[in-house]
Amino acid sequence: MRYIRPLSIEDAVGELAKAVGPAAILAGGSDLLVRMKGGFIEPELIVDIKRIGGLSDVTETADGFRIGAAVPCAVLGENKALRKAWPGVVEAANLIGSKQVQGRCTITGNLCNASPAADSVPALVAAGAKAVIAGPSGKRTIAVETVPTGPGRTSLAKGEIIEAILLDKRPDHAGDAYLRFIPRTEMDIAVVSAGVNLTLDDHGAIKTARVALGAAAPTVLLVEEAGQVLVGSKLDEATLERLAKICSGACRPIDDKRGTIEFRRKVAGVLAQRAAAIAYKRVGGK
Amino acid sequence: MAGVAVSTTINGDAVEYLCQPDETLLEVLRDRLGLTGAKEGCGTGDCGACSVIVDGRLVCSCLVLGAEAEGRKVETIEGMAHGDQLHPLQQKFLEHAALQCGICTPGFLIAAKDLLAKNPSPTEEEIRFGLAGNLCRCTGYDKIVRAVQDAANVMKGA
Repeated sequence: MRYIRPLSIEDAVGELAKAVGPAAILAGGSDLLVRMKGGFIEPELIVDIKRIGGLSDVTETADGFRIGAAVPCAVLGENKALRKAWPGVVEAANLIGSKQVQGRCTITGNLCNASPAADSVPALVAAGAKAVIAGPSGKRTIAVETVPTGPGRTSLAKGEIIEAILLDKRPDHAGDAYLRFIPRTEMDIAVVSAGVNLTLDDHGAIKTARVALGAAAPTVLLVEEAGQVLVGSKLDEATLERLAKICSGACRPIDDKRGTIEFRRKVAGVLAQRAAAIAYKRVGGK
Repeated sequence: MAGVAVSTTINGDAVEYLCQPDETLLEVLRDRLGLTGAKEGCGTGDCGACSVIVDGRLVCSCLVLGAEAEGRKVETIEGMAHGDQLHPLQQKFLEHAALQCGICTPGFLIAAKDLLAKNPSPTEEEIRFGLAGNLCRCTGYDKIVRAVQDAANVMKGA
């Protein structure tokens, strides 16, 4: 096995592209090292991306925020501007693991690990976040929901690296929220989860809405119909009922020791309602 | 496998070592450098017994490669006391009997040190959440929480 620490994204891409055996990208390592220890992956090459310029920075740009692929989730929680603009994304990122894990884990890693139960991903999908990908044929930017294609699988080609996650600049009257169900008070894997992102018009009615569900299908689900049903409403009871019904219906969950299909369907609807209510309250809606 | 040459700083001392690319920082600390304070409990980042601070961030050293420590500043339990002078947290853990078998204790002390550095006056809830990444199967946690509260009071007065 070889460990390398390239200083440029081009070098990192080049090394990954020409790697013969299995290769792994290392940022926080909180999934990679566990998988290596468990014998699930035996990389011949580890590319540590933490010394690549810009990958460890959160930058506020004219378009919004650029979160480097190697930024630990703890740093997101310490960024006041990001917390104010995207509280749902930050609360989701900060739910991953303990303080020790927070000091290492990244939202890009969470996305690329491609667990259906990844906490930050439903919030990122609801937020309309984009991933900037560097690869052998240049750079491209794609919606985060197109990165995971199934449990543990992504759409990234050989040699490609996500170098940053982009979040839009927030208009006035915008808010987001993330909720998950776990049987403990913290540090557990989501049984089911929901992220909701809203913008309101000047009269307090919902102008745009995106709803995403986690641990409810092989990949995190963007439930477009759920977003549509919220538009124009002020989150009255009838709208919330319809939201829950649509979310429960959109689920394609599995039965396992952490929850049954029936339970996950029911709770997905409830969490979507509650996350929508929190997001609405954060915007200042009543 | 080719070894990786690493220059780093551990508890303020410049340290150089050679390690294998898949060797964890915990293995380097314990097996190459003789710093056996950090313990391996789970080896998968769940128990916190191997907690150390790297560049001001609390981490599980079992989830960090030894090679990653290049140019970093690592703080371990061995750097907590000054000679015979215990750190207030260590003193309070003794006074409150906040340990029994002791395997989790170095991790708790490092995590508590990090917690108080970032939040000198934590509430009981903040202490419990802050130390949730450290497992103790002996004490039931109450004594640990009280020791940290007491140490926080001492450190604020200092």
